[in-house]
Amino acid sequence: MLADLAVHRARDLDDALSVLAGAAERPAVIAGGTDLMVLLNARTWMPAEVLDIFGIDALRGISLEGDRLHIGALSTYRDMIESDLVNAHAPSLVEASRTVGAAQIQARGTLGGNVANGSPAGDTLPVLMAQGCDVVLVSASGERRVRFDDFYRGYRDADIRADELIARFEMDPLPPGAKSVFRKVGTRLAQAISKVMLGAVGSVGDDGRVATLRMCAGSVAPVPLRLTATEAAAIGKVPAEAAEAAREAARAEVAPIDDVRSNAEYRREVTARLVARFVSEL
Amino acid sequence: MKQSVDVTFTLNGSAVTVYDVPPLQRLLDTLREELRVTGTKEGCGEGECGACTVLIDGLPVNSCLVPVVQLEGATVVSVEGLAEGEQLSTLQRVFVEAGGAQCGICTPGILLAARALLDREPEPSRDRIREAIAGNLCRCTGYQRIVEGIEQAAAEERAAKGS
Repeated sequence: MLADLAVHRARDLDDALSVLAGAAERPAVIAGGTDLMVLLNARTWMPAEVLDIFGIDALRGISLEGDRLHIGALSTYRDMIESDLVNAHAPSLVEASRTVGAAQIQARGTLGGNVANGSPAGDTLPVLMAQGCDVVLVSASGERRVRFDDFYRGYRDADIRADELIARFEMDPLPPGAKSVFRKVGTRLAQAISKVMLGAVGSVGDDGRVATLRMCAGSVAPVPLRLTATEAAAIGKVPAEAAEAAREAARAEVAPIDDVRSNAEYRREVTARLVARFVSEL
Repeated sequence: MKQSVDVTFTLNGSAVTVYDVPPLQRLLDTLREELRVTGTKEGCGEGECGACTVLIDGLPVNSCLVPVVQLEGATVVSVEGLAEGEQLSTLQRVFVEAGGAQCGICTPGILLAARALLDREPEPSRDRIREAIAGNLCRCTGYQRIVEGIEQAAAEERAAKGS
């Protein structure tokens, strides 16, 4: 029963980390609760104990540190939507945040929660990967850094040790002259889980050819999928040719499934089109 | 191990304390069952429909997804907090006049989502109104009258402030 679950409200970060370090079994970590409360209410998941980290201010805050954009794990979607820094340096993250649920979810759900929950349909995940993000984890023994490209080892299997919390995300600001995009294809704009997503950052050099390109597709594989072969097929070509090469490469690179929201062939086709469109408009 | 907590927060302008409640009790249940403030409705119970929307520190949230233990020190506004005594607020009155309310289950949540918008943007576009209530499902009205009601309320509120 939900009513029987014990909750430890962390006073601060040290308190939370010492609870995790001393726990025989990792407690369920609750932040904004927009995923966890659904599972607990439905009794889909019955953890032994719950650790509430939502009050830890050390995990909040958005700042530019040197040449990297830092976003605290407890930043809500709304915090990001309203942040001048995120709008300036990671505009696709604002776009993604605006498509998570609706205002009620955006006011409470957090970036750290979206990433820790690790659904391949998580809206912010393709953007973080396209934006060259590192995940900074913290435990009683210090900080550890994992490239977002390497963060998911399999379906919902994030590289978070039992004694760790996500502290923040550090990413490259969108370079001058580069373009970025977040595209989500679903049944409607709000409150829908995606069928296909694309996060992408790219630029064209002085020679008119695609110079840099990082693309990540969501909901088309067990993990957010960096499209490295598709990027390689496009780089060095003029955008119109690059778009066609990327379209074909993307068809081969994604590994979608049939499920309740869509089917594999539709997802493959839509991913190819999203990729081709972004590259052609660089 | 059973655990219960006492939580003190501000509800519609008054300090309230609930005693011996399970820490993960949904704010929705705290309001309805502990405090007997029943204007807030349950729809889906999983954050999809917005019927249980209340404001926490001025922002709209689904009260079915907020555990009461996170409410300590917070400021909550439910639909009961909109009226001025027995007098409906402008938003409520205009909403009714515009035909924005039919069966009434979604109405409290939509009023609060609209309140949160108008508090920050006194003159929202239709698109902004639609975006602000995108998380509130209504199965009666088709939304047009809801949107018109919010638009009309915004206009009357601005007129009343002389802006």
